[in-house]
Order: sequence, then C-alpha cells, then structure tokens
Amino acid sequence: MSTLKNKIDNKIKPLFEKGGKYENLSSVFDAFYTFLYTPNKTSKSGVHIHDSNDSKRVMIMVVLSLMPCCLFGMWNVGYQHFLAATGLNPGVWECFIYGLFAVLPQILTAYIVGLGIEFVIAQIRGHEVQEGFLVSGILIPMICPVDTPCWMLAIAVAFSVIFVKEVFGGTGYNFMNVALAARAFLFFSYPAKMSGDSVFVSLDKTVGVDGYSGATPLGQLASSTGTDATVTGVLGDPLSLSDLFFGLYPGSWGETSTLCILIGAAILLISGIASWRIICSGLVGGFLMSVLAHNFASPLYPVSNLEPVQQLMLGGFLFAIVFMATDPVTACRTNIGKYIYGFLIGVIAILIRCYNTGYPEGAMLAVLLMNCFAPLIDWCVVNANVRKRMKRAVEITK
Amino acid sequence: MKNNKALLPLLNPISKDNPVIVQILGICSALAVTAKMEPAIVMAISVTAVVAFSNVIISLIRKTIPSSIRIIVQLVVVAALVVIVDQVLKAYNYEVSKALSVFIGLIITNCIIMGRLEAFAMTNNPWDSFLDGIGSGIGYGVILIIVSFFRELFGSGTLMGYQVVPQSWYDAGYSNNGLMILPPMALIVVGCIIWVHRSGNKNIQE
Repeated sequence: MSTLKNKIDNKIKPLFEKGGKYENLSSVFDAFYTFLYTPNKTSKSGVHIHDSNDSKRVMIMVVLSLMPCCLFGMWNVGYQHFLAATGLNPGVWECFIYGLFAVLPQILTAYIVGLGIEFVIAQIRGHEVQEGFLVSGILIPMICPVDTPCWMLAIAVAFSVIFVKEVFGGTGYNFMNVALAARAFLFFSYPAKMSGDSVFVSLDKTVGVDGYSGATPLGQLASSTGTDATVTGVLGDPLSLSDLFFGLYPGSWGETSTLCILIGAAILLISGIASWRIICSGLVGGFLMSVLAHNFASPLYPVSNLEPVQQLMLGGFLFAIVFMATDPVTACRTNIGKYIYGFLIGVIAILIRCYNTGYPEGAMLAVLLMNCFAPLIDWCVVNANVRKRMKRAVEITK
Repeated sequence: MKNNKALLPLLNPISKDNPVIVQILGICSALAVTAKMEPAIVMAISVTAVVAFSNVIISLIRKTIPSSIRIIVQLVVVAALVVIVDQVLKAYNYEVSKALSVFIGLIITNCIIMGRLEAFAMTNNPWDSFLDGIGSGIGYGVILIIVSFFRELFGSGTLMGYQVVPQSWYDAGYSNNGLMILPPMALIVVGCIIWVHRSGNKNIQE
C-alpha cells in the first residue's frame, strides 16, 4: 500500500500541482487523493486539537446509517411492484434486484450531477472539494417517488446544489437542507409527478392487477371523506400497525420503514452525530399535535382521524426528524434552541399534514420553514442568556 | 463624444445604473407580472410612459413646488398619468389589462418612479429628465422581458402565447416547470441576471 502511495506522490501528484500538466483538474485529484489517504498536512499556527472524526467520516457515518432504509427501500420498491403487477410476492431477491435497478439510475443521476457541480465550482474557486454532497446525493433519491424521471431529478439537484448551497459559500454554509430543497423544487415544479397514486409504485408500463391502487396511505386519506381512518396497501387490504412499522406500503422509497429509520437513528445517536434533543423534541411535538388533531378530528380534515402512533409512523415524518432536522448545518446550535426547533418541526409537520389538504405530507415544508428560523431562534436564546447574566451581574454589584 | 454625453441620462439606467438589478427597485412588479411575456411587455411600456412623462411634468414645475408638499404633488402627477394609461389599456387591450389587474394601478407605488422624480427630475431640466425617464423605463422593461422570457418558456412552453416547445417533447416525458410560474422563481431569475451582470461589471460589485 505504501509503495502505491509513494508512486502516486512521486509520479502523479506533481502533474496536478501548480504548473503541472493537469493543473485544471487539481481539485478533482485532491478530492480523490484525500478520499483515499489521510493528508499529512499539519497546522502551522496556534494551538489545535485534532480529532480523527473529520467531516468525511461524519458523512460516511450518516450514509451508513441510511443504509438500512436504503436497502429496505429497494426491496420494498420491488415488493410493491410485484404486488401491483401480479398480486404475488416472488421472493426476497427478485424484489430486491428489481428495486435496485429501479432506483439505481436515480442515485447515479443525483451523485453525478451534484458532485459534477461541486467539482467544477471547487476548481473555479480554488477550494478543495467538500464532501457534503455524499449524504445529499443518497438522500435526494430516497425521499422522491420511485417513478421520478432522472432528468427532473437532475434539474432539482442542480438547482438545490447551486442556489441553496454553492451561492451561499458551499458545504457548511447552506441555509436550508439541500436534499429537502431539491425535494421541494420537484414538488412545486412537477406536482403531477410528485404526488397522486401512480408515481409511488414502479409499474414499468405493465398494467396493475384489478383493484390495485398505488396511493400512499396519507394520499388516500387526504382524498377520502368521512371519519374512517383505515389505510390500505396496494391491493386494497387494510394495513395493520406492524405493516406500518416495517414499512410495507407505497411511498417515497427510502422513508417508509419505521424500523429501519430507528436503526439509522440509533447509529446516528450512538456515534454522536445527530442531536438527541432535536429528535426527542420533534417526536414530542409531533405526538402532541397528533393527539390534539385526533381529539378534534373532523370529516373536513380526514387525516386528523389517524391515531397519534400511526401519524408518527406514516409518510416522511420520522425520516425527516431523524435525518433532515438533525442536519447540524441548518439546525439550531444552542441546546435550548434545539428543543424549540425540533418541537416546532414536529408540530408544524403534523399541522400541515392534517389541516392543509393540498399537501398530503408536511414534514418537508416544516423542516424547510424551521431551517429558515433556526438562526433567529439561536439569536433569541443567546440574547436571553446574555440578559439573564447581565441582570445577575447587576444584582451582585448592588 | 459630445453626443454621447448628452445621451448619458438615457444610457446610464439601461445597464450601469439599472433600476431593477443595480438599484434593486421595482422588484415587486417584476415578480408579479412576468409569468407571461405579453403582460410584461405591456407593463414595461406603461411604466416607461408614466416615468418619462411624470419626469417631464415634475421637471417643468420643479421650481414652483414647495419642498414640504413635493411628495403629494409628485403623487398627484403620477396618479393622473397612471389613470390615463389604465384607461387606454382598457380601451385598446382589454385582455392584457385584465391579466395585469391591479398592477397597472400599483405603478403609482413603483419605487422607480418616485425614485427618479426625487433623485433626477427635481434637479434637472425637462429634456434630460425625459431621457432619464425613458432610460429608466427601458432598463426596467429589459429586465422584465428577460425574466418573463425564461419564465414563460420553461413554465408554460410558450412565448408570447405561441407554443414553442413541440408536442413531441411532451410525449417523450418533458413537462413544464410549475415553479417557474410561481413568484419565487422570478426572484431567482432576477438573482441570476444580477449575478451575470455583476460578474461583467467589476466596479459595482460589493
């Protein structure tokens, strides 16, 4: 290994340095080089404490924690496809392979477009390539319907990487969650492809069996009337609580399984990457709002008939709380701020879901809204603390 | 060169001192009327007419206006001109007038007009004020037309109401971008124009 590294250092590296043959590609080289090898650069001034947990490792941990959802999602795509197309379940591997090939183009599109833009901008600015897109690239396909065309995904990724992240200074400076901004762009740009009952199940031009419906549970409820809160799977059979827990229903493919999200949450919490304050207060906020909505359930707002536990397990709520709201760049920094931020995300997500029948799912909009308010919350918390201490100081001097 | 200097009030606001992308005035109407090209062009012409003639009128009477009530006098002049424009539009182009709805009336509150009256017409002679008004109007109109071009092309697939994106594209899976019709995208398109404009004019970069 060390001989290979020597070879790269001696022969290839000079080509990409200033004055070298491929100077224009220096940031590309740098990105791959530091991806493979830990650079031996050390700080020159001041006192520094270095931690091995740099942002590449943080990002890789998040990607790892997404893997259960991702793998389950692929299987579920195949499972829903075969249920809808034939009414039968052909077996784990057939489902998984089908799902893998259904979502692979989306993942590749997101990564190629997003990283392509990052590489180009890093080269123009003379920065090194930041690794922020590693997570966004996998998140974006996971929160979109499986039938989203790749060119739409490419436009959305380009939009959110350029206008939400790079314009504001790149990784770490984005004011909103990049993945959710891409999702919101798709949602408002191409509503016909992002909601309804034909985009969440990949049918590949085959005709579904009789009585099949590809609507997501929340989509079914939003268009239903009356006080009946039973939701059904693709074949019209009611979904039990365990179906919801394991995620055996159509939806944006990465976010259906509560179990897998909880595994991901555990990885994030144990490794200390996600804030438990945000996750807990988000769940509390969502639960309280669900209880409130359930107590005042009315036929006008059919989603409010759902039991609070179902509310939390359905749709993208839990996924958004665990993987989106905890994004350290766009969340609050202060501890009290984190409680407020998480709580409000939970409340607003369920509020939008129940009382705005135009949007079957509110988690996306709730997180984006609170992203915008996070700096304000922090400002208030910090200033309140300053005032408190000033008051104390005045009392002591009296 | 001498000729060029005389035309400075006309040429300045078109690019170097553009009311929308340099002074950041009149953004509200630039977001509201640019979903389609036709209303945007009509709006551009209306604003140009109002700002040019109100500039001339205010410039003519600038020495007789008491400073304490000058805003009221300016508003009366602008409001009278806007009513005329509104009536002309209703008479000759009712469809567009309906599409623009309140925004013709809201020309009165357009910051560009009040800004030019205060900053230019109150201190300059009528001919220069007229050129300045025409220049400001064109500077505003050019931005409106560029923004509406992109918004209509990508948002509706049409230009001036004619279908330009062929049906075969739609059959192949292309669809119009709904966000382009919504005001947020107009703000982003204006932002992109500012971006391009400033990268070409180093002296106005902050």
